[in-house]
Amino acid sequence: MNPDILKFSPGAYLAPAVDWLNKNFHPFFDAVTKLIEAVLGAIETALLYPPPYATIVIAVLLAGFFVSVRVAVVTAIALTFCLLAGFWAASMQTLALVTVAVIISVAVAFPLGVLASRYRKFEATIRPVLDIMQTVPPWVYLIPAVMIFSLGRVPAIIATIVYGIPPMLRLTTLAFNQVPKDLLELGQATGASPRSILFKIEIPSATPTLLVGLNQCILLSLAMVVLAGLVGAGGLGAEVTRGLTRMEMGLGLRAGLSIVAVAILLDRVSRGVLQRSQAPGTAKPA
Amino acid sequence: MNTAMNGTNEVLVDCQSVWKIFGARAQAAVKAISERGLSKKQVLQDFDCVVGVSDASLQVRRGEIFCIMGLSGSGKSTLIRLLNRLIEPSLGKITVKGKEIARLNPGELREMRSRNIGMVFQSVALLPNRTVLENAGFGLEVRGVAKDERNRTARAALEKVGLGDWTSRYPKELSGGMQQRVGLARALAADPEIILMDEPFSALDPLIRRQLQDEFRQLTKSLGKSAVFITHDLEEAIRIGDRIAIMKDGVIVQVGTAEEIVTRPADDYVSDFVAGISRIHLVKAHSVMRPVAEFKAAEPHCDVNALLRTSPEADIAALIDLTMQSDRDAISVVENGAVIGVVTIRGLLRGVAGTPTAA
Repeated sequence: MNPDILKFSPGAYLAPAVDWLNKNFHPFFDAVTKLIEAVLGAIETALLYPPPYATIVIAVLLAGFFVSVRVAVVTAIALTFCLLAGFWAASMQTLALVTVAVIISVAVAFPLGVLASRYRKFEATIRPVLDIMQTVPPWVYLIPAVMIFSLGRVPAIIATIVYGIPPMLRLTTLAFNQVPKDLLELGQATGASPRSILFKIEIPSATPTLLVGLNQCILLSLAMVVLAGLVGAGGLGAEVTRGLTRMEMGLGLRAGLSIVAVAILLDRVSRGVLQRSQAPGTAKPA
Repeated sequence: MNTAMNGTNEVLVDCQSVWKIFGARAQAAVKAISERGLSKKQVLQDFDCVVGVSDASLQVRRGEIFCIMGLSGSGKSTLIRLLNRLIEPSLGKITVKGKEIARLNPGELREMRSRNIGMVFQSVALLPNRTVLENAGFGLEVRGVAKDERNRTARAALEKVGLGDWTSRYPKELSGGMQQRVGLARALAADPEIILMDEPFSALDPLIRRQLQDEFRQLTKSLGKSAVFITHDLEEAIRIGDRIAIMKDGVIVQVGTAEEIVTRPADDYVSDFVAGISRIHLVKAHSVMRPVAEFKAAEPHCDVNALLRTSPEADIAALIDLTMQSDRDAISVVENGAVIGVVTIRGLLRGVAGTPTAA
């Protein structure tokens, strides 16, 4: 028997499939590209239009007003660092990229995560898929993404989304499985509709774990911006890539630390906003 | 304990031969039970199913506090959840306010739960991210009551349970007893006719518990609510309940007033339970008195009309007090102006000791 028959070559099937998609659904992918580009462009323009110090002042004021003084201080330090490191534009590009990627990741992962907590079979089905998404090196699925969406920010954002979904999804499922059974029983015994139970009982109780999921989603998405640089998405990733290819330690380090600054900024702000909107469980004396 | 029931004898909750069987093959087990009358043991052996509640029948009347007493695993928590269909019965019929709840569609069931049947949990189940006021108004909120009205009703309910000053606090700032009061206020705010109490005071320390028991009974009676009260503590059942059902292994062993259960336990299990219960507030004159004719035969010189008088509902404590005041050794029991029996010191001693009464 010829062992060659057993050789596994998924590429032989995948490549034609991608070609076929490209040929037949080009207008659709084109529209997706345009939409993502437009949203990204709008956010970038909004961030880059005013002079950097103005943006910093506005951001700090917003953080101080809507979140807390501590978050405002963190915002000021992080943004000033990005400015002084000389990567203001790149940082804002990265911020826009990650924000859009995280929003889409959460929009996909949250409902699926809730479904997975409701239906065991669904969870069992998607678990291996999530494992694959997290462990296959992103460069691999970047290939079809680039084939379909061509170089630039869109394949990068798609790779980032694929990478950001699993942690958010898993922690959403965990968060919903951890909602105390007696609270769910309360909802049912009170005659609450499934919708009320979701919004008034489940989501508030799940919030702490959901925040961990969001935090993971943000940090992993940021880790992917290096990759974004590789496929020509610009931003801090491009600077890191440049530092690497030219063997410029200083450039790479500055870009890397800017990524850290952006990461801390996004994490503290998102956490602060969500915790605040959820009303304090840790009540302060009135 | 056993004050006259206010209200009518209208049956609010009616359970008829209700079964609940847990397990993968529950359906087959139900069929076998209804056709062949299998025992619990056989069901476990043949179908690998656990019988939670077995052939339970009970009626809760308007204005009545009905206690279900049983140890853990006796099926009492399952039974109470069958009453508002948090658990679906495997067999049997449950009627609440004349409606068979198994037939309600999801919307009607929600409506019934939100308007007619309140529930208070052992774990209290307060939402930690909401203030006391918001917790108390939760039932109204899911029913869609406007915020102003909801807050007003919730505040009134909190005042009833003595927490009027705590409305803007969060649950974790409250002690266990106070949290359970919020749970009760939440149930009362929705103004249901029936309140299901699932071991609400079990986790509280004895003093607070007694206090809450008395408050609960007083509040329920003054508001004219009916309640089904689950407990594993017979003393609590006696303190609170108008009638008590005793459960063992999913079966209701006996239903009756506290006095009936203490003086006439249905089997050894119940008599073991009641052995340690003080009778002086439970046993009433009518169950320790001797018939007038018998008394006259024994004491021909005594004029029953000249004795101190009391009603058939006077408990032993009151009878002892009367006997101490009297210069005679007997008290006559009077109903509708006629002497219907005589309580002697011997009768009192019998009542206290709990040996079978003459009656």
